[in-house]
Amino acid sequence: MDLPITITLMDIRAIVPELTLICVGLIIMLLDLVVKKKDLVALAGIAGTVLALFGTYKLYGVTDTQFVFSNMFVLDGYANFFKVIFYINLILTICISIKYMEIEKSSFGEYYALLLFATSGMMIMASAADLIVLYLGLELMALSTYILTGLMRKQPRSNEAAIKYFFLGAFSSAFLLYGISLTYGMTGTTNIKEIAFAISTLGIADNPIMYLGLIFMIVAFSFKVALAPFHMWAPDVYEGAPTSITAFMSVGPKAAGFAVMGRILMGAFGDMQAQWVTVLIPLAVLTMATGSIIALSQTNIKRMLAYSSIAHAGYILLGIIAGTPEGLTASVNYLMIYTFMNIGAFAIVIMLRSKGFQGENLDDYKGLAKSHPVAAALMLIFMFSLAGIPPTAGFIGKFYVFMELIGSGYTPLAIIAIIFSAISAFFYLRIVVYMYMKDAEQEIVLTQSPTMNIALAVTSVMVLVLGIFPSFLLYFVRYSIMGY
Amino acid sequence: MPGTYIPTDYFPVLVILLIASAIGLGALVAGILVRPRRPYAQKLTPYESGNPPIGEPRSQFSVKFYIIAMLFVVFDVEAVFMYPWAVAYDKLGIFGFVEMMLFMFILLIGYIYVWKKGAFNWE
Amino acid sequence: MTLQQIYFGYFATMMTIISLLVVSRKNPVHSVLWMLVLFVHMAGLYLFLNAEFLAAVQIIVYAGAIMVLFLFVIMLLNLRKEEKEFRLQKQWPVSAVTAVLFLVVLVSILGKITVLPELGEYSIDMINAQGSLMTIGNVLYTKYLLPFEIASVLLLVAIVGAVVLAKKRIE
Repeated sequence: MDLPITITLMDIRAIVPELTLICVGLIIMLLDLVVKKKDLVALAGIAGTVLALFGTYKLYGVTDTQFVFSNMFVLDGYANFFKVIFYINLILTICISIKYMEIEKSSFGEYYALLLFATSGMMIMASAADLIVLYLGLELMALSTYILTGLMRKQPRSNEAAIKYFFLGAFSSAFLLYGISLTYGMTGTTNIKEIAFAISTLGIADNPIMYLGLIFMIVAFSFKVALAPFHMWAPDVYEGAPTSITAFMSVGPKAAGFAVMGRILMGAFGDMQAQWVTVLIPLAVLTMATGSIIALSQTNIKRMLAYSSIAHAGYILLGIIAGTPEGLTASVNYLMIYTFMNIGAFAIVIMLRSKGFQGENLDDYKGLAKSHPVAAALMLIFMFSLAGIPPTAGFIGKFYVFMELIGSGYTPLAIIAIIFSAISAFFYLRIVVYMYMKDAEQEIVLTQSPTMNIALAVTSVMVLVLGIFPSFLLYFVRYSIMGY
Repeated sequence: MPGTYIPTDYFPVLVILLIASAIGLGALVAGILVRPRRPYAQKLTPYESGNPPIGEPRSQFSVKFYIIAMLFVVFDVEAVFMYPWAVAYDKLGIFGFVEMMLFMFILLIGYIYVWKKGAFNWE
Repeated sequence: MTLQQIYFGYFATMMTIISLLVVSRKNPVHSVLWMLVLFVHMAGLYLFLNAEFLAAVQIIVYAGAIMVLFLFVIMLLNLRKEEKEFRLQKQWPVSAVTAVLFLVVLVSILGKITVLPELGEYSIDMINAQGSLMTIGNVLYTKYLLPFEIASVLLLVAIVGAVVLAKKRIE
């Protein structure tokens, strides 16, 4: 028997960005053993990410979909666009964490290596054309984030967060594997394209076992993107984790989860759209309701942003429910915007953390506009954007998703979403009110660093630019997803 | 067809398992049946080379054991991957060699990392 | 009843019973020992599925290494008080209802399972002729090359995690 060894240079070329990140991660691990100054390690991480970004940019010329490594890995605009989101997320996270991790006395080289490994896991997820690769990418991402969550070993709440995240994450992995095995049992393959082919040729779209497998997978992904009722872990984990990791987690794994959701639901289970839409609609409504309503009663800003990110997951899901390529475009567009505004908001939260001061209570924001007008103005922009108020990018993101939803005939769902969006504006604007209309209770010292300022500048400018000139991002997304 | 396979090659293993369990269980049961049973307090205390036992037999382990066990699991899994590779090596050839070297290289970096961090030291 | 049904029936029933024993023991060490028996039965089931290598790995890795890890962690935690307490959490009725509902779902679709005609080239005869290890080796290092290499990074992250979270740091 001849072996099907067909690794060509093209196969290697396709995974260059992932290879770059993993190699830089390995280098960082070794570098950490000899280098005392951790800033240097962080800069190596940023440099590596830029290198990987360049690799993805080079691959962007490949517009037609390409399957490599025996159809295990797919290279298309969809995956590439998600990779850009992950790079942005990674670079911004490193920028906002350098100073913060020093204050938390947890500045380790492994921190940056794990961030890189987690990101490469997400990239593998976005590019997975086979459920096995998808699972491995997911575990790579998840395992790294569990460790990052529990990095502050001396703090009980960090430990608690890591344990909770780990247990529930392992549970969701079990669901994913069960779903995969049921699907494999019915279709005889784990390849996403072949599953779609098997469903249409074998005529098993109505089979309850396929349905069960599909639901199990949706459960697992819902956990990763924190859709209600699988969101229970999110507030505790977001609160307990180092704030920079909270920022990272609230964007990266969520985007990766939506990337595979889009690919699996539309790619593999395209023939079962009627089935998964009926599952996703109640999930979306419940998610938006939980996120928007419970966030009202939060007093810790990290918890509040956790519920806010749950609500946003609901809005992003709406684009997938629309079930059209345009709907997916709107969702992906929203994710990109969400990346900037959410990390920006967390950057401000991190700035408030200084030696001996936690700065996580909403009360700490009282009177911020008087003492630190620039920071308050930036926070105002991010809060407006998260609430979806024009002329910020958040409005554009929501606008397109709702448009596509109505275009697909889900007008009642769009109305519900708008109502919850209005409710959520309350808690975002409360922070603005605290900053501008209340008097300070104590003096706040902001922790500044050059990288932090860069991150804030980038996120705030992007939020405003994308809000005022939304078309170029949308064009970029459309160009990327074209042919998907 | 799936589900019609019976691993007949493993029948001897089953026989050995049965014989081994029979001997083990038989010895225990025979002991219970044959031996005289006259317990008293001294006889029931654990034997500690003649000293009276102190404290509980189960004590809290150090976390160091956990690290060692965890590293053992990881490198055990690595070794498991080598079995099919070694068997299929003739067919895989140089391609398989490079592949396995890459796999081991990545874990070698992990090994260097662990070594330098001093996780193998028993402090 | 065919021999296959007896074989599968034994392992499936025993695994269910042993799993219940694992979660219901008061002494965690007993739970772990029952789990050992469970792993051996799992290996038997893998044999039934014509996956000899997997059965061997199940014994080597799970019954060997993972079991030791379990015991170490239990000794590390040194659960003394927990052993005497009622093991079920207060939300157990909810869990029980969910489990029963899930069982109903599974039973209700049981009749819908269609056994596919054998797909692909990896038939029982082919695997037996070639040897289980050989077949895995030929597939794992060619077609599944990428997942294999990703697995090494995954193992690396596990190493880093163990050291970062449990190793005493030299300050």
